[in-house]
Amino acid sequence: MSDEIKRGLQSPLRRKLLMGMAALPAISMLSRPSFGAGPATSAVNTTGLAVTDTEVTCGILHSATGTMAISETGSIQAEKLAIEQINAMGGILGRKIKFIQEDGASDWPTFAEKAKKLLVNDKVAAIMGCWTSASRKAVLPVMEQYNGMLYYPTFYEGLEQSKNVIYTGQEATQQILAGLNWIAKEKGAKSFFFIGSDYIWPRTSNKIARKHVENVLKGKVVGEEYYALGSTQFNSVINKIKLTKPDVIFTDVVGGSNVAFYKQLKAAGIDLSKQALLTISVTEDEIDGIGGENIAGAYACMKYFQSLDNPNNKAFVPAFKKQWGEKTVIGDVTQAAYLGPWLWKLTVEKAGSFDIDKVAAASPGIEFKGAPEGYVRIHENHHLWSKTRVGRAKLDGQFELIYETADLVEPDPFPKGYQ
Amino acid sequence: MTNARFATRSELIGILVLAVFLVVILPLCLDVFRLNLVAKYLTYAFVALGLVICWGYGGILSLGQGVFFGLGGYCMAMFLKLEASSVENTKIQSTPGIPDFMDWNQITALPMFWKPFHSLTLTIIAVILVPGIFALIIGAAMFKRRVGGTYFAIITQAVAAILTILIVGQQGYTGGINGMTDLRTLKGWDIRPDHAKIVLYFFEVACLFGCIFIAQFIRHSKLGRILVAMRDKEDRVRFSGYSVANFKIFAFCVAAVFAAIGGAMFALNVGFMSPSFVGIVPSIEMVIYTAVGGRLSILGAVYGTLLVNFAKTSLSESFPELWLFGLGGLFIAVVLAFPNGLAGIWQDHVQPRIDRLLSSRKPKPAAGWTDNSVADGAPAE
Repeated sequence: MSDEIKRGLQSPLRRKLLMGMAALPAISMLSRPSFGAGPATSAVNTTGLAVTDTEVTCGILHSATGTMAISETGSIQAEKLAIEQINAMGGILGRKIKFIQEDGASDWPTFAEKAKKLLVNDKVAAIMGCWTSASRKAVLPVMEQYNGMLYYPTFYEGLEQSKNVIYTGQEATQQILAGLNWIAKEKGAKSFFFIGSDYIWPRTSNKIARKHVENVLKGKVVGEEYYALGSTQFNSVINKIKLTKPDVIFTDVVGGSNVAFYKQLKAAGIDLSKQALLTISVTEDEIDGIGGENIAGAYACMKYFQSLDNPNNKAFVPAFKKQWGEKTVIGDVTQAAYLGPWLWKLTVEKAGSFDIDKVAAASPGIEFKGAPEGYVRIHENHHLWSKTRVGRAKLDGQFELIYETADLVEPDPFPKGYQ
Repeated sequence: MTNARFATRSELIGILVLAVFLVVILPLCLDVFRLNLVAKYLTYAFVALGLVICWGYGGILSLGQGVFFGLGGYCMAMFLKLEASSVENTKIQSTPGIPDFMDWNQITALPMFWKPFHSLTLTIIAVILVPGIFALIIGAAMFKRRVGGTYFAIITQAVAAILTILIVGQQGYTGGINGMTDLRTLKGWDIRPDHAKIVLYFFEVACLFGCIFIAQFIRHSKLGRILVAMRDKEDRVRFSGYSVANFKIFAFCVAAVFAAIGGAMFALNVGFMSPSFVGIVPSIEMVIYTAVGGRLSILGAVYGTLLVNFAKTSLSESFPELWLFGLGGLFIAVVLAFPNGLAGIWQDHVQPRIDRLLSSRKPKPAAGWTDNSVADGAPAE
């Protein structure tokens, strides 16, 4: 128990002291639940995982250093917040969640090494982690070999499904198709220009988008260009955009390249309030770097925006800011990372066991009503049913919700007719 | 000094100690997971060993050894990937029987240059020859034109950057930034379970000692002495009638082949290969291993690699957010305080004491196991 109080105090200590009295109820709330009242360990853990009468250990595996740290920090924070909240409610099956954090260091083999360490040495019951597709691809064989459970938060290209992974972000068709339908209808768009970073996610996403534009929307793709990760020179493609005058610029440029891309678009005189631009890669986190004035007017298509107006999100955003600072922003992936520990808790409680096989089998059908994005449910293919939303970027770096699908969109990692 | 000696007595003792350490002590003390980590570290020791020959003795600083590590690794990974992509394993794809990343990139037939990698023999030949010939071409192009020193280092960096861009850009043929993942079997033998890891570890250690012996042999041969002479006074060697360029090319090729063997071992032990081992940053890291171990010491390179990687793993496990500072501090401390690395510390502080202890019993002191003994035949500058 003292351990727990220490963690409650540790990192947010300074902030909590600054906030003075306001913080005291939070700390006392943390220390209230007593652990150890759950079912016997022998019954809930038959495979030798790190589960005791009072504790269960999970791993957090993200890049805390290296180029990806800026993106993954939000996920780490969200997962820690979720774990803290679950512990404050009494943990999982009467056991407090203890986490072991490892640094993937933006390096894919390191991710694999650390995943193996978490599974083999620490015997963690689940891992919240990975961000890029490359890190997931590196970790996946390890998860399957040692039978672990990974909660993966990023929207990604699909073409994958594993017993040992729960994908809490959207796969490509879920994210893209509704957005394209909307912009085709709303703007009467017929011609599209694709720009992406050069790796598997943008290429697969654009492949799906192209098939949808050509076969379903009966439109035309007038250009498709890729730039190396980290690239900062977009002038030639901007010239091509000016020549081809597409109805919609569709982008999946990632990371720091975005800053250069949107600044150069603006400098070239392309006004995003007149030229429609639909991005699937810019969240509130990226706008922090791009600057709201450079991207205002652009449309983003994903499942979550910080500005969502629902009771869950109204509780989640202040809790997150209270823990990690007023200035932090919450992007789509951060929210998806927050779902990981909760879905795990719900699944373990349904399965009545921490055993990986039972958790994997119990996952389909799990519903989480408290998600900041609204109600979500796990599909048989281990992806989430979720809504797709379109937001318009504002000057202050937030998105204004323009459109959301009426129903949850079914995840389809191996889309027929799109491969 | 006309006869090429293979090793001095104290060098033999050093090799023996290392052998006992790697073959007996580590496997007894570590569980399979940690042993597999050591196997991963040792793959870099091959590169460090090559750098001792090429940089320490030959004076050619290459900041692009990742290129050769990568070429060797990719050759091996291509073989393993093809084996893992059998038709029944890849039924789910639109074109079964080709690696998954090709399928994702709409490639429908195996490219020509992949075909030789169906054969293990050809793969092993490729692991040695592809990087060797590549190094020969770079070396010939540079050294024949007397490009050396900093310019050479910069060009090797450029090559590393170019190869990374090539691999990332041609993702349909190379797996792109994800690399080649999920390697499973070698000739039907599963390389993933624990017992396979142990076998692979010992196989790797055996190969490492093979390379150590070759390095020892080069060092004690006339060739090694010319390399040292060339490093210290290139013009004199040239005026004596030696073709300096050919010797440099040779040293560079040896370093490249060592690095490639390390890369192939990496693919086997870790079970995947990605462009993150090819670029500039990993190449510089490999130079750091050699610098920490002592660039003049063959065995020091192995210890240096083990120490740096061990520090990397344990620091990052204990301090996920701060470990890079600790590692950086370690490098700065070593370079500032001990410019000759671990081997230098041994030479200056430990060896004299051992000598004193021994000489109190025996009349004849043993020579040091680091390089300075080589200098006794070379021109002193």
